[in-house]
Amino acid sequence: MPASPQPFVLSAFVVQLLLHPGAALSGTVGPALKGLLLGLGLGDTGYNAVVALLCFVVMSGFVTVTALVLTLAERKVAAYFQNRKGPNRVGPWGLLQPIADVVKLLQKEDTVPRAADRPIFLLAPFIGMIATYMVLAVIPFDQGLSVTDLDLGVLYITAVSGLGVLSILMAGWSSANKYSLLGGLRSAAQIVSYELSPALVVLSVVLFSGTLSVQAIVEKQSAQWNLWHMGPMGVLGMLIYLTAGTAEINRAPFDLPEAESELTAGYHTEYSGMRFSMFQLAEFMNMFIIAALTVTLFLGGWQPLGLLRFLGVPGYVWFFGKTTGVMFVIMWFRWTFPRVRVDQLMKLEWKILLPLSFINLVLVALWAAAGVGK
Amino acid sequence: MMNLSPQSKDALKTEEYWINMGPQHPSTHGVLRLVMRLDGETVLEVVPHLGYIHRSMERMCEWDVYPQLVHLTDRMDYLSAMMTNWAYVQVVEKSMGLVVPERAEYIRVMVAELNRLSSHAMWFGAYCMDLGAASAFFYGFREREIVVDLFETLCGQRLTYHYVRIGGVSKDLTEDFVPRVLDICETFKRAVDEYEALVSGNVIFQQRTKGIGVLSAEKAISYGCGGAVLRGSGVKFDLRKNEPYSVYDRFEFDVPVGKNGDCFDRYQVRLEEMRQSVRILEQAVKQIPGGPSMADVKAIRPPKGEYYARLETARGDMGVYFVSQGGTKPYRMKFRSACFSNLSCLPEISAGWKLADVVSILGSLDVVIPDIDR
Repeated sequence: MPASPQPFVLSAFVVQLLLHPGAALSGTVGPALKGLLLGLGLGDTGYNAVVALLCFVVMSGFVTVTALVLTLAERKVAAYFQNRKGPNRVGPWGLLQPIADVVKLLQKEDTVPRAADRPIFLLAPFIGMIATYMVLAVIPFDQGLSVTDLDLGVLYITAVSGLGVLSILMAGWSSANKYSLLGGLRSAAQIVSYELSPALVVLSVVLFSGTLSVQAIVEKQSAQWNLWHMGPMGVLGMLIYLTAGTAEINRAPFDLPEAESELTAGYHTEYSGMRFSMFQLAEFMNMFIIAALTVTLFLGGWQPLGLLRFLGVPGYVWFFGKTTGVMFVIMWFRWTFPRVRVDQLMKLEWKILLPLSFINLVLVALWAAAGVGK
Repeated sequence: MMNLSPQSKDALKTEEYWINMGPQHPSTHGVLRLVMRLDGETVLEVVPHLGYIHRSMERMCEWDVYPQLVHLTDRMDYLSAMMTNWAYVQVVEKSMGLVVPERAEYIRVMVAELNRLSSHAMWFGAYCMDLGAASAFFYGFREREIVVDLFETLCGQRLTYHYVRIGGVSKDLTEDFVPRVLDICETFKRAVDEYEALVSGNVIFQQRTKGIGVLSAEKAISYGCGGAVLRGSGVKFDLRKNEPYSVYDRFEFDVPVGKNGDCFDRYQVRLEEMRQSVRILEQAVKQIPGGPSMADVKAIRPPKGEYYARLETARGDMGVYFVSQGGTKPYRMKFRSACFSNLSCLPEISAGWKLADVVSILGSLDVVIPDIDR
């Protein structure tokens, strides 16, 4: 016999939505929507389709807003590192600058070089965005708040995050420009190499947590974050993950595919207007993703920090707060370090990071076998 | 179908290709064009193509009277225009046996050293930018700005000063000049330490500069290099010490030299030169006598003959040669610029390095393109 339905109180729902959005959505909105759609005679397939569509719309909005905020944040952070003020003309404190940027980019002519491989050239920016969206699907923003919680979430992330390289390679190849081609080739070598050590580090976290589900990995960190729960291997693992992650998303000091002083703009030299901004959008979202995954794997995701749990701060605030912190560190890298050279980059991965992550994996395996993680 | 088995030599054929860097490119600092033959990322050959900003200055010198030619020299090495002014003025004065008031000589030394500081500060920024460290660029400009502001109060110009004139300088010092120079000295002492702390010790920076683009002392001499390029290779030669002109023999300062002749040594020599310039300025402020800042010059008609004089600009040995037939205009004028000689060694020292290293090497030579083409 089903539990008697509780009367729907709007204020209570709003409070619940603010404090535990995951529970609110799956407990209140989900069943209501399901009841409505089943009542309309759409069946389970229809319900799933509508939910998928809604998730897509919500995530699109999320991606757009995040990317816009990040462009402004990056420019402001860079400006203050560089003894400047940054954008401050459009809106208070330059807050409307991203909107002005978008309007400008929309007005730009969408040029395609005559010698370009047209279909590939036109398609390339979207592939990058698609890869980005696919990773976002499993990122846990709060307890129960993610588009989907796959049992093989970690494996899925490792698989689809590599798709971004396709976009860069396609753009570099189809532009019919030697600088673009060099950028594309650098990127292919770089991303393929830097898939390895993050995968091994992720594997060590999986070994330690005993689950492949991203949500479960976060839930296991309720008592202690992996960063110190895993002992020295946690710190080492996070350092490797952050370094290799920065390289995987082509950000300085590993921004070789678009090294301005060498390759002008690298693989997106020939792009203009919205297609160009797609690459930028994907780049910013990738930064968010790497930061979010670092937080998820090592910094406890949406879990609060120890005793601060009793403050009752909602989980998603913790998640975004930590992610912002990690993103700031990634920006800090970019505006401080010179760029490494292509062979030094490869040396770093194959001779330093990869052996280190292997050692890390073995140590974590021993650590877990000894039962420390239990 | 192509045979892709490893036995087939054709299947794994690689091809060399040419790439055009410039005349519009972020790291050629102007309109220099480098045509490079590449094997993948490795540079096999570099061919600099000059002449994109050739303004036939030597020819223009033949149809203007002597005092009108000073402003042309502003537009050669525009980053050390005080010193190029002086190089020209010096040879005309020598030809006429003109005695310049002592105060004017001191003023010239001071503005030349200030200009050297601003030039090196900007070089530091641009070089870091070439290596991908975007923030350091602004730090270099920050210090350059205060020097340029001082020049603006002194002579009304920020870049093309036209300040050093035949017989002296165009205006006497302003009242606030000396305190501001002392202020600049303090700022630069701090700034150079900051540059060292921020960049010199960075692992990536050292990997990108140490052992890269090695120019041996013999090669440096045979190419006629000057300035920090020559001294970075270990040759202790500075016209201010070796053939003291003006009042340089009254100051105590060291000539910094490098050991290996690589990019890092050239970088280090320039930073050290900034410290030495500060030393000279501090002594000049104490020693500067009163009196007129301009000699009583009636008519400028160098006697018939050939004349040559040279001095040390921020980039090295700048020589001016001219033939006079006794009139008010030179019969032939020839400028010998350090940048041209410094660039001439680029093909030799950059062959075999990676594409990114060529940018680093070119940056370390500190060439000013209008000074090459004239």
